[in-house]
Amino acid sequence: MYELIVIGGGPAGLAAAQAAWQAGLRRILLLERDCELGGILNQCIHNGFGLHRFGEELTGPEYAGRFIEQLAATGVEVRLDTMVLAVQPGAGGAPHTVRTLSAARGAEALETRAVVLAMGCRERTRGAISIPGQRPAGVYTAGAAQRLLNMEGLLVGRRAVILGSGDIGLIMARRLTLEGAKVLACVEVMPYSGGLVRNIVQCLEDFDIPLYLSHTITDIRGRGRVESVVVSEVGPDRAPIPGTERVFECDTVLLSVGLIPENELTRAAGAQMDERTKGAAVGEDMQTSIPGIFACGNVLHVHDLADYVSAESERAGRAAARWVLSGGGETGGALALCAGEGVGYTVPQTLHPGALEGPAEVFFRVRSPMGEAHITVTDGAGRQLARFARPRLAPGEMEHIALPQKLLEGACGPLTVAAKEVRA
Amino acid sequence: MKELICITCPKGCRLRAEAGPPFTVTGNACPRGAEYARAELTHPVRTLTTTVRIEGGVHRRLPVRTNAPVPKERLFDVMDEAAKLCAHAPVKAGQRIAADVAGTGADLVATRAMDALDAADENGSGGR
Repeated sequence: MYELIVIGGGPAGLAAAQAAWQAGLRRILLLERDCELGGILNQCIHNGFGLHRFGEELTGPEYAGRFIEQLAATGVEVRLDTMVLAVQPGAGGAPHTVRTLSAARGAEALETRAVVLAMGCRERTRGAISIPGQRPAGVYTAGAAQRLLNMEGLLVGRRAVILGSGDIGLIMARRLTLEGAKVLACVEVMPYSGGLVRNIVQCLEDFDIPLYLSHTITDIRGRGRVESVVVSEVGPDRAPIPGTERVFECDTVLLSVGLIPENELTRAAGAQMDERTKGAAVGEDMQTSIPGIFACGNVLHVHDLADYVSAESERAGRAAARWVLSGGGETGGALALCAGEGVGYTVPQTLHPGALEGPAEVFFRVRSPMGEAHITVTDGAGRQLARFARPRLAPGEMEHIALPQKLLEGACGPLTVAAKEVRA
Repeated sequence: MKELICITCPKGCRLRAEAGPPFTVTGNACPRGAEYARAELTHPVRTLTTTVRIEGGVHRRLPVRTNAPVPKERLFDVMDEAAKLCAHAPVKAGQRIAADVAGTGADLVATRAMDALDAADENGSGGR
């Protein structure tokens, strides 16, 4: 029987497995469905990774490489080309069974005490956002185009329009341009960009690619291949404004319209989900509602920075190790965390003040951009426990606060995290 | 006075810089921001990341980067040079693929290791 099975060998799984090893577990198995470790980082050849963690600017493959090297120095067992089909209650004394399928070993049922879910996320597609028009070839999600270009060596088109200003779309605008394609426009339905501001500068402005805010694609035209798209301005209700249509002749449309945590295993296992994050609901130890099953990284909530994924996943790995080594200890009373005014969601969704080993780290996103703002934490009795000032807040940039343990003593749930702009 | 957004890290500091002399900058949270502003006002540079062809590897492309920032207006010259290159597996992470690429003084270096595709595995699951 394994002590821990980690599902997914991307940045989350790599960090969780290594942290669990360092925390004392010795029978750890890491499962990866691809033919190599590293996950999405392998196709993220741009730089900007690791500034938080390593204090230097690395590319995705370099960042992954450091974790892969560190993992190789441990005794963590790695199985590649292995798909996990289900996580189920264990039989014969083991808390959990992980069912896998691989060409090398066939179907297997692996018994384990704990599981870390680190499956990452997938892209929202044209179907998910219902773009009208014909169904020609040439419509790609930005990440699929990135994989084709950076790993397979295939340029997906010559003249492209990018829908959505998420970071992958911005990064691909630059990549396509450098590879000789013409990127005509990046079109964003919201009045603000969904990506990091540095990517607006270095990926769009550096190459004179226009960004149309409050615009969207209202028609895709083409018989065999994309021939043109119609872009319209949208009103405050995000509905297209008639008369504002303009036509871009292009052969390619890239979609960078959001990421969805890949939680089929989590749901089927019966873990309680958070409909806002589309991930499992967890405590400060990243444990789901199923004892011994932990979740971290983009399968839990979509992150902007791999550095934050690594940090969160190390917390999950350490907590899983503690859970196994302590025999699944009690966590004591729980306080629910709620997203209040201006806040979209929080992770974790519950805190166990008695089990904290330091300040409680809470991550969240605001619903709309704000200038100078105050983040407040209020308890169930209406008492303000803490207030944090921020010079500005944006939905595209995950925020983080640390609540000292002392503040939580005597607090009654639920705790509400709210963000409000300070009006001068 | 020029307003800039620092691209050195994801924080994206809003900088206000004056070319001077004397050169002044405000809004930067760290010394990298001052360095960035000075370069932007005098001679903007960027680190270039791209891929080159690789033969005998488990993938068809090898990711590379310039080991130093290169002048922004030379990015496409470096891309043209990179398009002519072909690496041969196995490659180690950090291995130099081209020296002084396009006369910029920067080298192109591999950003990952890539094993050679085992001859016996040529039609197997390892390759793409």
